[in-house]
Amino acid sequence: MSVLVYLENWEGKFKKNTFEAAQYAAKTAEMMGTSVIGVTFGTISDDAAELGKYGVSKVLNLSGDDYNSFDNYKIAAALKEVAAAQNCDTLIVSGTFNGKAVAPLYSVMAEAGMITNVTELPSSVAPLTVKRSVFSSKGFVNYSTEASSKVIVFIPNAVGVVAGSGSAEMTESNVSLGDLPQTNVTNVDRVQGKIPLPEAERVISGGRGLKGPENWSMVEELAELMNAGTACSKPVADMGWRPHNEHVGQTGIAINPELYVAIGISGAIQHLAGVSNSKTIVVINSDAEAPFFKAADYGIVGDAFEVVPKFIEALKKFKA
Amino acid sequence: MKVLVCISHVPDTTSKINFTSDNKEFDKNGVQFVINPYDEFGLTRAIWLKEKQGATVTAINVGKAETEPTLRKALAIGADDAIRIDADATDGFYVAQQIAAVAKENNYDLIIAGRESIDYNGGQVAGMLAALLNQPFVNACVGLEVEGSNATLMREIDGGKETLTASLPLVIGGQKGLVEEKDLRIPNMRGIMSARTKPLAVKPATDGASRVQVGSFEKPAPKSAVTMVEADNMDELVKLLHEEAKVI
Repeated sequence: MSVLVYLENWEGKFKKNTFEAAQYAAKTAEMMGTSVIGVTFGTISDDAAELGKYGVSKVLNLSGDDYNSFDNYKIAAALKEVAAAQNCDTLIVSGTFNGKAVAPLYSVMAEAGMITNVTELPSSVAPLTVKRSVFSSKGFVNYSTEASSKVIVFIPNAVGVVAGSGSAEMTESNVSLGDLPQTNVTNVDRVQGKIPLPEAERVISGGRGLKGPENWSMVEELAELMNAGTACSKPVADMGWRPHNEHVGQTGIAINPELYVAIGISGAIQHLAGVSNSKTIVVINSDAEAPFFKAADYGIVGDAFEVVPKFIEALKKFKA
Repeated sequence: MKVLVCISHVPDTTSKINFTSDNKEFDKNGVQFVINPYDEFGLTRAIWLKEKQGATVTAINVGKAETEPTLRKALAIGADDAIRIDADATDGFYVAQQIAAVAKENNYDLIIAGRESIDYNGGQVAGMLAALLNQPFVNACVGLEVEGSNATLMREIDGGKETLTASLPLVIGGQKGLVEEKDLRIPNMRGIMSARTKPLAVKPATDGASRVQVGSFEKPAPKSAVTMVEADNMDELVKLLHEEAKVI
């Protein structure tokens, strides 16, 4: 039995999430001593051969009217049909918003044991056992499943990607979907020119210490210099200084970037819960007693309005 | 319009999380429990449907008697009645099966669950419930308007938002945006008093399988000590991020 991987694309393009899913699936298949098959939906404008660098050499493309816009039932049902036709018993999904919508539907349709919020590659494949985050990263636990069919949803950025050599061949495929509950997409509003938070490798975040939305230009400048996404604390989103989709923390988006820079955020336990998986944390705060310093790798006690411009200058010098 | 709101009973967001000495279970000692924040946004949205469009709102929870105060709070906030399925919420699939069994008997027009619970962060129940009931599903739902048997919804996507339409009955996995933080209601005295007499039905669990096994819990590895950098030496910070942390 092979491993199947849902290779998401965004308007025909693959992103780091896609490659991470490919690599997760390829490594899982290797542990199981089997092969991996990728599935992607809609019209692909990127070069699918790239997927081979992450260990997936066989990719099926299902296109046509059914897949022009995202419909979680159609994707889930198609994955189930492909899994059956290709003898796959394990599905790997990246925990993007779309992935999280598809996976539970798939698990019911395919009668699959489902493990979500996964932070590592499987520690064992018989039975399939993986570590997952619980209590908003305040704890971890190994889950295993002995179900004959399985689906794993990993947290984006959890395992990372390393490009190797290899190439993939993509072939057209088709399945019959049958009657499914329907949703119809009427509008897609994607912010252009910004790095979506769940996939950002570096994140610059601001809190109440920045005093007002008019002071975010330095956060954005820093983010641009570091090729980072921008984020904020809960109070900042609740006051309407920044949009809700930038709120990171327990009830916002949980992130695990390489670098998290927190400016003017005290580090309440609810905030730490969403960001503590960041590999490196820099905290800039005027209050030396701010609890965030205990969770930081690098700390700077100082006025954000003096420190951040200096940080920007130092980065420009470094990049020059 | 009949609305079912799924309520998960979870530790307060400020809780310190500990596990029992054998690491087999979450240690509930001294922990304050609340309505899962994601569910609370959905509950408030349901109450708006009640107030503005005459919906009836039922709150449901899968849990033992200790979870009843959380259901009573949902009643105090404004739900009309509540159902507790008397079983431990062992995993997402088990919970989804229990709620689906109740939903099949009662024909709700709309089921609102949270996109995930803040304890086990499974993000499974809403979608599984939709699939078990064969109803449309919108996850990470940040907007909902109902007119007759049609719904217009908004969901969060990576880097943006998507608008959708669907017909009732349907299931959503909700989050902030359904209502805003400021719209959440703190139960008032009248609500708390009336909640005591509102119907809370206790139902036995139906047969349900669990497809996962839970191993030992562990806490995150402790963070090593912070390196402080002088505020006027940002060149040093850049150097550390480049050479030591290797993140730039």
